[in-house]
Amino acid sequence: MGRPATGRGRRAAADEEACVPGKLKHAGHLIRPAVVLLLGFALFLLVRGAVVPATFGELGHYRAASLDEIRQQAPAFAGQAVCAGCHAGVTAVRASGKHRAVACEACHGPSARHAADPAAVRHAPLDVVALCAGCHEKDSAKPKWFRQVESKEHSGGAPCQSCHQPHKPEF
Amino acid sequence: MTISRRDLLSQSGKLLILAPVAAVPAPPRRASEDAAAGYDPSRHRWAMAIDIDKCIGCGNCVRACEQENDVPAGFFRTWIERYQVSGADQEHPKVESPDGGRNGFPPSSNSNAKEFYVPKICNQCSESPCVQVCPVGATFDSPDGVVLVDQSYCLGCRYCVHACPYGCRYIHPGRHTVDKCTFCYHRITRGLTTACCEACPTGARALADLKDPRDPIHEFLRVNKVHVLKPHMATRAKVFYASLDGAVR
Repeated sequence: MGRPATGRGRRAAADEEACVPGKLKHAGHLIRPAVVLLLGFALFLLVRGAVVPATFGELGHYRAASLDEIRQQAPAFAGQAVCAGCHAGVTAVRASGKHRAVACEACHGPSARHAADPAAVRHAPLDVVALCAGCHEKDSAKPKWFRQVESKEHSGGAPCQSCHQPHKPEF
Repeated sequence: MTISRRDLLSQSGKLLILAPVAAVPAPPRRASEDAAAGYDPSRHRWAMAIDIDKCIGCGNCVRACEQENDVPAGFFRTWIERYQVSGADQEHPKVESPDGGRNGFPPSSNSNAKEFYVPKICNQCSESPCVQVCPVGATFDSPDGVVLVDQSYCLGCRYCVHACPYGCRYIHPGRHTVDKCTFCYHRITRGLTTACCEACPTGARALADLKDPRDPIHEFLRVNKVHVLKPHMATRAKVFYASLDGAVR
């Protein structure tokens, strides 16, 4: 050990030692940033796991569970098949008339609650004249094939149902 | 502490690969739930066929939508417009929609103008501008082709309201999140038609399933002169209009 123990000499000796295979003296410089990076990455994953909703990204860039949530809404209109299920008689009458393609609920309104409990939930009586006029009042913007009348001059104030049966109107 | 460069790199590589596996729990399966409900979204692609020549402007669809979906007063998921086009002036039609047409229209007796009713509804675009601009993924294309809104995730930022070229979105005054036509998703996934189609007395509108080879939509598209609204916006709208006049915007 005849070398002078100067600072430069010590550094050179340490460098030599560091270059020995299997011995990494300055490994701390690599390990510390690696640990910091990994901790940061783990933190990112933890925050992401906590913030991003459970089913997000499963089907696309949205929360897949929301599809089922939207489907939970209860229908207000029961559908023609449900009406026909109980009211077979009037359905048959309607089927042979001009109003065969008009669904029951188009005039009678939403009926899912009535269908669920027919005794407790009844339909309010309909204003037949207003209903007829709602579709059949003369209007030059309506298609020409559609039956239209000027109700005042057509009926002279008499209710429509005194001549026409709404479920099977005759002309 | 001594560690070789090789060991350091291989250990940190393993950690990087394993960390996400450990941190992210496996998402719960949903495919089975859909099967249990008897509805498979991959077998449907919803659209709508509207025949202008059948619409009488009665407003049944607007009221039905309101009753089915609890649409707040003054807002519309579907509405009707009455067009009056005079002579050759296609560019400046008179368009009116009093209260969205929910109570019908005052009778017109204009023999000089071309007149017709146009029902409007969300066009359920395949390339929806509203979906593209949503910053959080609250509005999305469902696997069966309906543009829906996740009410619990929407911020109410209104980007989509501005982005929709058809004006089909509004901010719900009670919830302060965006609201729009869902094609009655809760109905069509149960085998029912939409409330507006159910209530339409003339069959001017019909729900259609493009993936069903027996659906009348295919005949409708084949025999009619069909158009979509604002095709230049490249939204690939799925509400198909028969006999749509060029004056309609």
